[in-house]
Amino acid sequence: MTGILKVAYKLLVNDKAKFTALLVGITFAVFLIVQMDAMFAGSMKRASATVINLGASMWIMDPAVQTVANTIGIPNYVLDAARSMQGVSYAVPVYSGGALVKLADGTYQSVTIVGLDDTTLFGRPELIAGKIEDIYAENAFIVVKDPEFPKLGNPHVGTEFQVNDHRGVIVGIARVASSGLFGVPTLYTTYERALQYLPNPRFTISYVLVQPKTPADVNRIKEQARALGYLAVTKDEFINRITDFYIYQTGFGMNMLIMTVMSFIVGLSISGQTFYTFVLENLEKFGALKAIGAKSHELVFMILFQTSFTALLGYGLGIGLCAFLITLAKRRLPDYAALITYGNLGLAFVMVVLIAAISSYFGVRKVLRIEPFDIFRG
Amino acid sequence: MPTPAIIATGVVKWFGEGEARTQALRDVSLDAYFGEILYVVGPSGSGKTTLLSVLSGILKPDAGGVSVEGTDIWNLSSDKLADFRLNKIGFVFQDYHLFPRLTTAENVAIPLILRRKPWGAAVREATRYLEIVGLKGRADLPPVKLSGGEQQRVAIARAMVVQPDILIMDEPTASLDGDTGVAIVGFVKKNILNEKRCILIVTHDDRISEFATRILKMQDGRITETAKGGST
Repeated sequence: MTGILKVAYKLLVNDKAKFTALLVGITFAVFLIVQMDAMFAGSMKRASATVINLGASMWIMDPAVQTVANTIGIPNYVLDAARSMQGVSYAVPVYSGGALVKLADGTYQSVTIVGLDDTTLFGRPELIAGKIEDIYAENAFIVVKDPEFPKLGNPHVGTEFQVNDHRGVIVGIARVASSGLFGVPTLYTTYERALQYLPNPRFTISYVLVQPKTPADVNRIKEQARALGYLAVTKDEFINRITDFYIYQTGFGMNMLIMTVMSFIVGLSISGQTFYTFVLENLEKFGALKAIGAKSHELVFMILFQTSFTALLGYGLGIGLCAFLITLAKRRLPDYAALITYGNLGLAFVMVVLIAAISSYFGVRKVLRIEPFDIFRG
Repeated sequence: MPTPAIIATGVVKWFGEGEARTQALRDVSLDAYFGEILYVVGPSGSGKTTLLSVLSGILKPDAGGVSVEGTDIWNLSSDKLADFRLNKIGFVFQDYHLFPRLTTAENVAIPLILRRKPWGAAVREATRYLEIVGLKGRADLPPVKLSGGEQQRVAIARAMVVQPDILIMDEPTASLDGDTGVAIVGFVKKNILNEKRCILIVTHDDRISEFATRILKMQDGRITETAKGGST
């Protein structure tokens, strides 16, 4: 069988114009699909940045919260109740909110302020400059060095600014796993200082971060939070909840679906049509092979091999091109949100297999129908 | 007494349906023997190509039977029939049907590759056959770089590379000038015909009749006359 597949390979690659058109079609389709989905995945990761960076196992929140960006304050008794729940190892409050920072040059910049539990500093970021204990110093803030960092004028330890007419001082520079979706810098401080410096509604705790004693306690904690009228979710469930919000409540998901389907149609149109033309041009030759003694299944293998080979090569090229351009874009635009995930690769692979299958189907049907007698008859 | 290579009895073939239904072969019977070049001649639409297709196992008759070397070929399964064609019959098509994207040697090697011969060995064997048909040094060229006569020789080499018992040639001189056509058929008679091989040729070309052992004349789907050829 390898010999006949080599014939198929040579017929395919030696027809340089069609082979190029096929590859371009599939590569382009894969590129579009992976690029669209990478942007989606990157945006979703950014949307869940606070959840990822704080790293808590479980989150207790108001049931109406759909994303980490629209927090609804919860009363202090929920924190006390959480600490006394069965199965809870510990529970801490966290503050998450937006503020306007006045920089030294007089300009204002929006920021996200995260207030960590004063006692434990649970969820603190990894420092690359300064000491964590300095967060207890007067007016102390830690700034995250992410793509938004320059918007604060590239601050260093000791840089001063104003928050709500309060003096603020940078005491540390940190790095986190993910920067936020909305393009604003992030400052960390203590929970109590966040409450002092920022205007607050009646209830001040944004979330209660909970560590269950064992994985088996997760459901028990959820039930106890539900009994209080609040929602307890795991870290992954919160991330999924945020993703679902953007997919189903904002039109983001529909746009992604439309773009993915369009990419598929573009790829199918170019590759399917080119491959069909390729088969048509070689149809008489396939008929001659049949007359000589090739069996139908051998001709089917030839066509399947040709489409599979082109599809896999185009798949690799498309992913390579996408990865290259994302890398290039991230060098020029550090806050460019794109992330190639295994899910993206899997989706693109399924699309490519579908393109190959549909292209093969019409080619195979045509080849199976050609009669050797038609070759004799001319 | 020569051995019959092909025995066809009462072959009937219809094409089309309804009012367009026409009978291409009407109760055709014939014997073809090893060691002979049998010409099938007749006007266009007389059934020559249909008869050759039925005899070679690529077009099933509506009635009648064909026995090749004692095997009733139309009782074989489609895969067995494909194997039969691959091993017993060599085809030279009127338009050659060479793959333009393969080299000449690779084109000739195709029947060997279909017989699962390793690629390298098949191409080497094919190159040897190209030398036999006078195309030494042309093995690595694509067929489109060759003249019509040379392409015909490539097609002959491809048909002969598996040493078939029966060689079927469809209008072998149709695309060639007179001298080349005569040279090609002369080459076939001199170098390919032997006592263990039967050659069937469909042709309109009177200039090559000198090479035939027998000539079957067809008209309206019937064999109307059997004549001795010029080489009898």
